[in-house]
Amino acid sequence: MLASSQAIAAEDGNATAVPGKLLLSLSGISKEFPGVRALSEVSLDLYPGEVTALVGENGAGKSTIVKILTGIYQPDGGTITIDGEEVFFPTAHAASDAGITAIHQETVLFDELTVAENIFIGHAPKGRFGLIDTARMHRDAKSLLERIGATIDPGARLRDLGIANRHLVAIARALSVDARVVIMDEPTAALSHKEISELYDLVEKLKADGKAILFISHKFDEIFRIADRYTVFRDGELAGSGTMADVSEDELVRMMVGRSVDQIFPKQQVALGEEVLRVSDYCHPSEFDSIGFSLRKGEILGFYGLVGAGRSEFMQALFGITKPSRGTVSIEGRNITINSPADAISEGIVYVPEDRGRQGTVIGLPIFENVTLPSLSRTSRHGFIRLAEEFSLARKYTSRLDLRAASLDQDVGNLSGGNQQKVVIAKWLATEPSVIILDEPTKGIDIGSKAAVHEFMSELAASGLAVVMVSSEIPEILGMSDRVIVMKEGRIAAELTGEGMNPESLVRAAAGIAEAAK
Amino acid sequence: MSETAAGPREIPDRLSSPIQRLTGSWETLLLAVAIAVFFVNTMASPYFLDPWNLSDATFNFTEKAMIGFAMALLIISGEIDLSVASIIALASTAMGFAVQLGFDTSALVATGLLVGLVCGAFNGALVTGLGLPSIVVTIGTMSLFRGISYIVLGDQAYTGYPSSFAYFGQGYVWWVFSFELALFAALAVIFAVLLHKTNFGRAVYAIGNNPTGALFSGIRVGRVKFILFLLTGLMSGIAAICLTSRLGSTRPSIAFGWELEVVTMVVLGGINILGGSGTIPGVVLAAIVMGMVTFGFGLLNVPGIVMSIFIGALLIAVIALPRIWRRISKGTRA
Amino acid sequence: MIQNAVKSREAILALAILAMTGLIATRFPGFIRPANLANVFNDTAPLIILALGQMVVILTRCIDLSVAANLALTGMIVATINTVAPDIPIGLIIAIAISLGALLGAFNGILVWKLDIPPIVVTLGTMTIYRGIIFLVSEGQWINAHEMSEPFKHFPRATIAGLPVLSWIAILCITLFAVIVARTPLGRAFFAVGGNPNAAVYTGIDVGFTRFMAYVFAGALSGLTGYLWVARYAVAYVDIAGGFELEVVAACVIGGVSIAGGIGSVAGAVLGALFLGVVKNALPVINISPFWQLAISGSAIIIAIAFNARAQRQKGRVILKTAEHAT
Repeated sequence: MLASSQAIAAEDGNATAVPGKLLLSLSGISKEFPGVRALSEVSLDLYPGEVTALVGENGAGKSTIVKILTGIYQPDGGTITIDGEEVFFPTAHAASDAGITAIHQETVLFDELTVAENIFIGHAPKGRFGLIDTARMHRDAKSLLERIGATIDPGARLRDLGIANRHLVAIARALSVDARVVIMDEPTAALSHKEISELYDLVEKLKADGKAILFISHKFDEIFRIADRYTVFRDGELAGSGTMADVSEDELVRMMVGRSVDQIFPKQQVALGEEVLRVSDYCHPSEFDSIGFSLRKGEILGFYGLVGAGRSEFMQALFGITKPSRGTVSIEGRNITINSPADAISEGIVYVPEDRGRQGTVIGLPIFENVTLPSLSRTSRHGFIRLAEEFSLARKYTSRLDLRAASLDQDVGNLSGGNQQKVVIAKWLATEPSVIILDEPTKGIDIGSKAAVHEFMSELAASGLAVVMVSSEIPEILGMSDRVIVMKEGRIAAELTGEGMNPESLVRAAAGIAEAAK
Repeated sequence: MSETAAGPREIPDRLSSPIQRLTGSWETLLLAVAIAVFFVNTMASPYFLDPWNLSDATFNFTEKAMIGFAMALLIISGEIDLSVASIIALASTAMGFAVQLGFDTSALVATGLLVGLVCGAFNGALVTGLGLPSIVVTIGTMSLFRGISYIVLGDQAYTGYPSSFAYFGQGYVWWVFSFELALFAALAVIFAVLLHKTNFGRAVYAIGNNPTGALFSGIRVGRVKFILFLLTGLMSGIAAICLTSRLGSTRPSIAFGWELEVVTMVVLGGINILGGSGTIPGVVLAAIVMGMVTFGFGLLNVPGIVMSIFIGALLIAVIALPRIWRRISKGTRA
Repeated sequence: MIQNAVKSREAILALAILAMTGLIATRFPGFIRPANLANVFNDTAPLIILALGQMVVILTRCIDLSVAANLALTGMIVATINTVAPDIPIGLIIAIAISLGALLGAFNGILVWKLDIPPIVVTLGTMTIYRGIIFLVSEGQWINAHEMSEPFKHFPRATIAGLPVLSWIAILCITLFAVIVARTPLGRAFFAVGGNPNAAVYTGIDVGFTRFMAYVFAGALSGLTGYLWVARYAVAYVDIAGGFELEVVAACVIGGVSIAGGIGSVAGAVLGALFLGVVKNALPVINISPFWQLAISGSAIIIAIAFNARAQRQKGRVILKTAEHAT
């Protein structure tokens, strides 16, 4: 284990770091999970003193590659080389010993430990009797934190720190292990503007230190600002790579989505019916504020925004998972109170959540039981189950969605993401709702299922259902919606219709900045 | 994505026939064990097959199994109640106290049931209302409920139960079939129907597999769990009536340590301790196996404590063996 | 240590114990005589020692229900050794007790680590197995005072600087665990594994091995307590310390150790045990029947968890995390 003092000494430049010379290289990496091919022969090169942006839509395989790089997953095929020598990471320890460290989306640290302990866990400086030298650990932590311009007490408990400071602790940890490769997985997702610009400064410092940085982000302005190179993944495959100087934003987008932005979505033009849902002044103490809109029969209303803009939080309040502090909802002009999902469902509002595995499906139960779960009162008699009714209801809706499965009593957990999503949608259609909310409906599912979900969404709207779609994918939002509400930091930032619905306005409204990234 | 390959449009309801599903199930294995124990016992002791001996042997498990049924549902839903034996103590103490007040048998029964329900409601409110982990809540109420019995009784005992009260623990419905055995059978059927044939049972499974997913599907998770705690309290109350009637007296140490025996029985019956799966027939069979093993060892003059080694080892083995097996078969493939 | 002591949970509990003691002292000044306080501490020493081991197990999101059975089995074995070979020195007896206890703990740990069996099932099983083995070892017989050698019985009761050796051993264990928990990588790993097992993997901590070590510690302390218990009460039989495992868990819970893992402290576990010890010893003094003790400790557990849960919720966690508890 390398002590932190060495890490600090390395500030002048790592001896082995020669800019332009390949540091870490992955080639032909594949990884398969039951039912899903997460990565298919992808390559990724990282250079010392340079930032490589890893770009791709949700489910493109970015988090899988991070897990392979950090030794959590082992690839099924392909090679990893460092300085030209092939290496293996059977454990997280091995990856960390090889100088690879990651700062994750949800800062993975320990609430009950102190800042210094979080920085040095796994490689704390030892003193007498092999005990942790607390004094030295605090000193080293302090100097590491100072080096990145943070004024955090090394003795403070992590649970008392805010998100931005937690990030700084994570970065200090990365420095403490004398990492040669630093992976930053959406590091700015939850940061304020000021904190983001501080983070950029820090990335510059890391570059100057000769670290190779893998920077994962959805925000184009930030990629163009700090990255030197890019690699694009699409559906688990390599879609392109090169230097930032030679690529335009449009080209990157095309590589990401594999089609031009104005690809054809199966959107049908439907004459909008009367108003179904009206929400006014919906507020929550910590997640969203004064949300109001109305929705008509046959309409698809898109909700766009950056990750953490409060879209899902609002939808879940509308579905009765959390309670709003203020505001009213009415269905067909009638004011209703929603205290639980059961209330929402009985009022005809249903919600397809983003987190399919945890919220959408009940893994462990068979497909047909998942489909009938909210409709049991209709398939049963006096509270007693009637299996024949259940199978026929499940069959009716799963076949409408063209579900692919071995049998209806197969565990829903054995299905691919796309087919799981079909089960979730079938479950809600079986309740015959009037409003269906879809939260990132095509996140992490294969292209075939994606198209099926889009087509079906369109059919639903045509049949008179009112649809709310939360999505972070610009083509999907623009291709499917009649109207788009953009949320930013818990509030409605803009409502776009007709000509106003273009990528530039969306991005501008979501980021809340005047100039679009060029 | 194997299923995108061909995938017939018409998906069958089930792939396996009911018989296929039965073979290789946990319950079938338990049944085989039960039959084996039966034969071993028959060979080992000439006294085993005596109807009255067998009838006596059922008292080894009937009361615990009654609680076990409700506990099974509770554990499937992802919770646990370690206070059941203490509820017995408190309910029994309350009935003993009621005797002193001159309550008649039906009022005594009502007292036992009511105390069970109140204790269950108390556990349920703490777990679902305040969102506390059930394992610690019920470790707390385990001390509290039995503690109240100790406060009331100290080192004394209540006796003097009316003679008609003795029926619940000592009466026979017909020939060698005791009231307790009949009650056990009836409750087994009721709980099997409740868990396997009703919407409520389906909700219990859904909650146990994924409480968040169940909530997002419109299941009233808190309400279902509260009802399960009520049921467990009620069954403990019923067990208290039977046990008190059988013993004819109440001491605060009554049913001491039963909570762990009940949990052991339920886990042996194939209920997943992490929630989500298991069946009532499995619990019934586990109860019978445990009862017969106890009885068999008893006939062979093997002390009960030695049998506990067997039960403890069985408890670990039934969970360990499938895992070891899976590891070996995975190892050979790789 | 100093940091731990000023943490609010522990401070509140310490205040509660002090207030309780003070209240008793206003009516019965004899209770706070140093000799009596020392006696209370000595009486609570076994609970304190076991609570330390249970704490590290609970920190890693596990539980050990076999500690009392482990104690009884180890106690029976060392007592048997003593009756057969009375000349074996106490030092060796203690070493045997600790090793044997650690071995029994390691058996729990290996099942949890290598086979991934839920800890509650493992220790429920080994609890009954260990008790059963005591019967096999002793053939159901008691080992009474007159069968034990004088040094064997005398050791925990010998006084050094006014305190019995039993108390000194508890103090030694507290110190040792305070150092292990605060100053060794393994000690910090206990918190990391329980607080955030996924993240622990990323930092290169072996979650299973850490849990295994927690069980070994708990087992070693149970073994040590096994000898002390048998020697102090000068009797060994199958049922000694029956049901004590839950009292140990109760001490931890009252001391603010979170059953969900990752939260707890040496000070908390010790204070939790002391709370129960003070209650137990105070009841006869203030003329309340000792039969109140169980109900009081039960109420204390419930109040403690409700209090700790509320304190954590006030930290403003993400609201959706509580979704599974909503109606």
